[in-house]
Amino acid sequence: MQKVNLRRLSSILSVVTLALALSLSTNVLAQATPADDTAAVSANGGDAALGEKLFKANCAACHKLYKKATGPALYGVGDKYEKEWLYSWIKNSAALIASGDSRANAIYEEYNKSAMNVFPGLSDKDIDDIVAYTYTEKKVPVAPVAVPGAAVAGSGSGVSNNIILGILSLVFLLLVTILFLVTKTLNKFAVANGVALPVKEQRKPIWKAFIENQFLLLVSAVILLLSSAYFIYGGLMSVGIDQGYAPVQPIHYSHRIHAGSNEIDCNYCHSSARKSKHSGIPSLNVCMNCHKSIGEVAEGVQAEGLAEYGVDYNKEIQKLYKAVGWDEDNQKYTGETEPVKWVRIHNLPDFAYFNHSQHVTVAGVDCQKCHGPVEEMEIMYQYSPLTMGWCIDCHRETNVKVQGNDYYNKIHEELSKKYGVEQLTAAQMGGLECGKCHY
Amino acid sequence: MASNKKYWKSVEELDENSTIVEALQQNEFVTDIPTDEFLGDKETLEASSTTRRDFLKYVGFTTAAASLAACEGPVIKSIPYVVAPDEIVPGVANYYASTIADGFDFANVLVKTREGRPIKIERNDLSAHSGSVNARVHASVLSLYDNNRLKAPQLAGKDVSWTDFDAAVAGKLNQMQGKDVVLLTQTFASPSTSKLIKEFTSKFPNVRHVVYDTVSCSEALDAFQLVYGSRAMADYDFSKAEVIVSVGADFLGDWQGGGYDASYTKGHVPTNGKMSRHVQFEANMSLTGANADTRVPATPSQQLQVLKALTGGSTSGLPKAIATAVTSAKAELAKAGNKGVIVTGLPSVAAQKMALEANANSVVMDAVSPKMTRQGSASEVASVVQGVISGAIKGLITVGVDPVYSLPNSEQFAVAYQKLEMSLAFSMKKDATASIAQMVAATPHYLESWGDAQIKKGSFSLMQPTIRPLFDTRQFQDCLLVWTGNTAPYNDYIKDTWSGVLAGGSWNKALEAGVVTSSANVLNEALSTKMTSVDPKESNPSLEAAKKQGDLELTLYTKTSLGDGQQANNPWLQEMPDPITRATWDNYVTVSKADAASMGLVNENVANGGLNGSYVTINLNGVSLKNLPALIQPGQAKGSVGLALGYGKTAAIQQEMQTGVNAYALYSDFSSVQHVTVEKASGMHEFACVQLHNTMMGRDIIRETTLEIFNTTKANHEGEYAWNPIPKVSRDHQEIPVTSPEADLWTSFDRSVGHHFNLSIDLNACTGCGACVIACHAENNVPVVGKQEMRKSRDMHWLRIDRYYSSEDSFDGDSSKKTNMSGLGESLSQFAELEDPSANPQVAFQPVMCQHCNHAPCETVCPVAATSHSRQGQNHMAYNRCVGTRYCANNCPYKVRRFNWFLYNENDEFDYHMNNDLGRMVLNPDVNVRSRGVMEKCSMCIQKTQLSILKAKRDGRAVKDAEFQTACSSACDKGAMVFGDINDHDSQVYKEKKDKRMYHLLEAVGTQPNVFYQTKVRNSKKA
Repeated sequence: MQKVNLRRLSSILSVVTLALALSLSTNVLAQATPADDTAAVSANGGDAALGEKLFKANCAACHKLYKKATGPALYGVGDKYEKEWLYSWIKNSAALIASGDSRANAIYEEYNKSAMNVFPGLSDKDIDDIVAYTYTEKKVPVAPVAVPGAAVAGSGSGVSNNIILGILSLVFLLLVTILFLVTKTLNKFAVANGVALPVKEQRKPIWKAFIENQFLLLVSAVILLLSSAYFIYGGLMSVGIDQGYAPVQPIHYSHRIHAGSNEIDCNYCHSSARKSKHSGIPSLNVCMNCHKSIGEVAEGVQAEGLAEYGVDYNKEIQKLYKAVGWDEDNQKYTGETEPVKWVRIHNLPDFAYFNHSQHVTVAGVDCQKCHGPVEEMEIMYQYSPLTMGWCIDCHRETNVKVQGNDYYNKIHEELSKKYGVEQLTAAQMGGLECGKCHY
Repeated sequence: MASNKKYWKSVEELDENSTIVEALQQNEFVTDIPTDEFLGDKETLEASSTTRRDFLKYVGFTTAAASLAACEGPVIKSIPYVVAPDEIVPGVANYYASTIADGFDFANVLVKTREGRPIKIERNDLSAHSGSVNARVHASVLSLYDNNRLKAPQLAGKDVSWTDFDAAVAGKLNQMQGKDVVLLTQTFASPSTSKLIKEFTSKFPNVRHVVYDTVSCSEALDAFQLVYGSRAMADYDFSKAEVIVSVGADFLGDWQGGGYDASYTKGHVPTNGKMSRHVQFEANMSLTGANADTRVPATPSQQLQVLKALTGGSTSGLPKAIATAVTSAKAELAKAGNKGVIVTGLPSVAAQKMALEANANSVVMDAVSPKMTRQGSASEVASVVQGVISGAIKGLITVGVDPVYSLPNSEQFAVAYQKLEMSLAFSMKKDATASIAQMVAATPHYLESWGDAQIKKGSFSLMQPTIRPLFDTRQFQDCLLVWTGNTAPYNDYIKDTWSGVLAGGSWNKALEAGVVTSSANVLNEALSTKMTSVDPKESNPSLEAAKKQGDLELTLYTKTSLGDGQQANNPWLQEMPDPITRATWDNYVTVSKADAASMGLVNENVANGGLNGSYVTINLNGVSLKNLPALIQPGQAKGSVGLALGYGKTAAIQQEMQTGVNAYALYSDFSSVQHVTVEKASGMHEFACVQLHNTMMGRDIIRETTLEIFNTTKANHEGEYAWNPIPKVSRDHQEIPVTSPEADLWTSFDRSVGHHFNLSIDLNACTGCGACVIACHAENNVPVVGKQEMRKSRDMHWLRIDRYYSSEDSFDGDSSKKTNMSGLGESLSQFAELEDPSANPQVAFQPVMCQHCNHAPCETVCPVAATSHSRQGQNHMAYNRCVGTRYCANNCPYKVRRFNWFLYNENDEFDYHMNNDLGRMVLNPDVNVRSRGVMEKCSMCIQKTQLSILKAKRDGRAVKDAEFQTACSSACDKGAMVFGDINDHDSQVYKEKKDKRMYHLLEAVGTQPNVFYQTKVRNSKKA
């Protein structure tokens, strides 16, 4: 017993050390950041904190600090150009180019003559603030800095639960053996002391009794057969149903981030769902509408990805760039493309006709009704069984959205009179007929 | 009482001394099975480490493993575009207007594309009178996906790049400076191409352009040139005609480029008690003759006499029957005045001239805006052929024509062709000419090309690519541009030419419409250059020369399915039944019954139902064509035979499609009429004929009446006409109409709510052309089964066009004969007579598809409820539910259900388009491809009706009447098929249903079909 207590103590100790180490490391970082900021303020005279807000509101769509985007990287831009030039450039770049300024024209040429927006609303002070912000040092990646010991301890604490369980079961075994040994010894003592042990009556073994009881045998055989039939039937009926199918995709695409965190409408990417039978996998140029300027995810997201899902999102974005042939450094397409071979998740058999536009546009069914909580899915999986029974159930229960659709005017009036109901289900509208889906 | 008879199993048993019999009494086999070889070797057996138990374990494990492995579902990849084209939405079809102009067929079309690949050809409604979208045009989309197409240009039989090819051609053209080179092309009827060829020939003055129409219309062109001074063909609007007299002109077929069926039927359907009258004198039974009100069989030489008599000559010398018909026709023409028209297909300039002159005042004929779809001159081509053979011509460039296949003296020509200094062939395939040419330029299909055409003067059409070229091909015009040093692509060149046509109009709009009417003068320029300089011979010796004893007059014709043979590698067309003979996968000599009897030719049905026919040999001036099957054709003029061109191809064509015999060998002097001798040859040919019963035996499957009766009969008190009776059934010993509810075993459903689809088929308007059959193929992924299966009546056509002959001279004669039968003996003999079509029968066509019965016999017998009825009137077929009992097919009174006896896709036994990746691109992704063992049938294009409904729902509006279409109804340019919703009382089909001509097929059965027919009315009134 003592031994066990000691082990537990050691594990508690290790957890405490880990916590300490973590708090220490964050302290170190917390100290580092403000130091940088103050340095920036003093260098330029602008307020970097205000500048950050302005930068994010006005510049971030085309500029990054340390990397080329649609426009050049802005880190330390104040060193390259004098203040006055920057004022006139930012407030009206086109005028500066027109005036024949050589540096303005050089940059205009370098970026394929893509004109920068004019910002007449920014004051000189604002620009100073932004420039101050551009001196923010690049943050050193967090993860590797962490104390090595902490990582080891962390993993140790993860395993500790299992170890505790293991130890507990060992103890239990030990107890059983001890009890057994104790009774054995006691019996021996009893025999030695001449105490008469009660003699067990020789009873018929229970299995023999069972076998001899014809009725029980019959009943259990019937139960056995019925239950096995039930399970076999269930097993056979699930052949070809891939509910929960979540294959590994060539690019780890997170619906959780896109549809969940960023609240992008499903129809933005799956635009053909409104007008076609296919919802369509978006072509890569649709991805690039946003990802042209989003080459990296936010740090928090990246860390979460690494920790929770083991995915480096930034690497996944690089995969997209490779496939679409986007040269991030020069901000242009190379023309070398490599189509992405996605693994299809929802495989409706060929003999079933399903039309997305009927359900999305006409019926106004939410995508989630069939596809589940996509906005929470890190990896897309098949939510519904996609069986005929599942389709039919919905058609039986769902009322057809007839309001505001002139197509239904006549048929709705006639059918509701015929069935004596106000609301018509898809089934009453003829949605159960074989030929509506099988041709 | 037991029999003493001795049975024997083999002849050996009869031989008492045979040792075999004795041995067999003791043992199962005569000799011992050589097991010792295997089991006798004890050493090896024992040395083997595998025991019997191990072996069983392995077997068990592998079986289990294999079945477990099969449980895992396949991983299906989906690959989206990298950059999606704006106009392509996966799952939504795009339509492009284009034009087919392959030298034989000219028509404005709409091309349906899915995910960027053309899958169907449809009519372009915007074009009024230019070309007809016939079966071949519908099938042309499959020719795009032909595996036998050339994949790159070739020099000396090897694939090369276009740069090398251009260099080689340029070198050769320079080498040929000063030597006679002929550019032999198909008819393009294209203003831009004419202009371009002119530029080419002015850069290379030694090249001269000659147009070669594989099936010549030279006489008509010559005659028109003589009368009107320009080289074109008169156009006809038969809807304006009151009387049409045709002398050997198959104008519902391919006569002078075809395309007259729409205007013909417009005037041939009774409206306000009036319809045109059509008299046909012809030798072969043609589609036109089958539709005529009066058809008179006459051999070509008699036809010439008929024509002369009609235009003023005498009828002396003609058989009495023909003479009477001529006199009557002449009177009718005279009565019709300028609303009468004479057309002729006789291959003689004189005859064509006679017809043109006779029509001078006719409103039917349009000589002001003539048709441009044939421009070749037989005499010019003949001189070119002579020049090549004599060696006077040093170089030959062929474009879109295959002279080595299609010339009558092709062997002689081929030898001379190989000796040419320069031979360059523009071709889509390595056909007979291309395979012996030095240089072969691979050309794209018209669906991959740019182009323009002037089908009729003043009617300009555009051709635009609907898919990127599948192979490394370049069209003829682009080659000319390169060789003349013009850097513009051909579409810019067309735009430039069209600046005159459009007169400031929008190019994009023109491209969208595909057809533009303009009075621009682009035509005349092209015309003047193409005037033939050679004086045409006015008379045709093979038509007018005295017939020798024993000679038969041969009329060469083109089939509705294969035409001039360009698309011979198209399985849809090969399997399309000929409208008249209903034979597939063949050409054959059609002979009259009398001639067949005198030559000892027979047609017989063998045990499996297949039709067999004798072989014949045809001789013409030393040329003899062997192994031609003979088909006895009712209505064939005595003393004449017919044979279809376009068959017998062997180059660049799949083995299965190498059918028939090349009849171009008999196309001497490009004359479709020849005097030949026919001899019976040994052996019997196996036809693949899809209709084995030729007459209706007096039943009213097809209802027919005459215009006179139709106009004069009054309805009885029940609103019923004597010529369109409602069948009666007996109930409680009282006759009641079968349509009354008391006659019905079933309680009817309420079908008044929602849509209720009906299809109306007008037997007056249906000419039997078969465009709907091919359109149905393309829309519904109907498989091709091949000749052997067709012969076993296992055709898969969802839509068939039945053709019926009358046994008497008319169908009325048949039914009165049947009605007047009395007694068993008489009826037996007379029924036998009724089976036999008469020498000159009346013909009627009837398209039959699933009738979508409201009380369908098929639905009640299906043990698994795979076929069921919908509220919308369609009879559904759930393929995945069908287990293939075929009860439904047996219980169907219309015999429209088709069973998949085999797997017809991805099966090497059926090596047609569904067995290769290229051919499968034509499949319609909205319709299942059926598998083996399931029943299929017409679905009334439910995928189309559902789509129309969905479109309306998405737009939030009611469906417009014309929106509901089936593949067949939209393919029919004659208006014979009208489809729609009868619950919409403003719809066209509702009006058709209320028409007094309406009847249901086999109405007495009480199936209440949703397909109905309009009684055929013949204008048999004679003057």
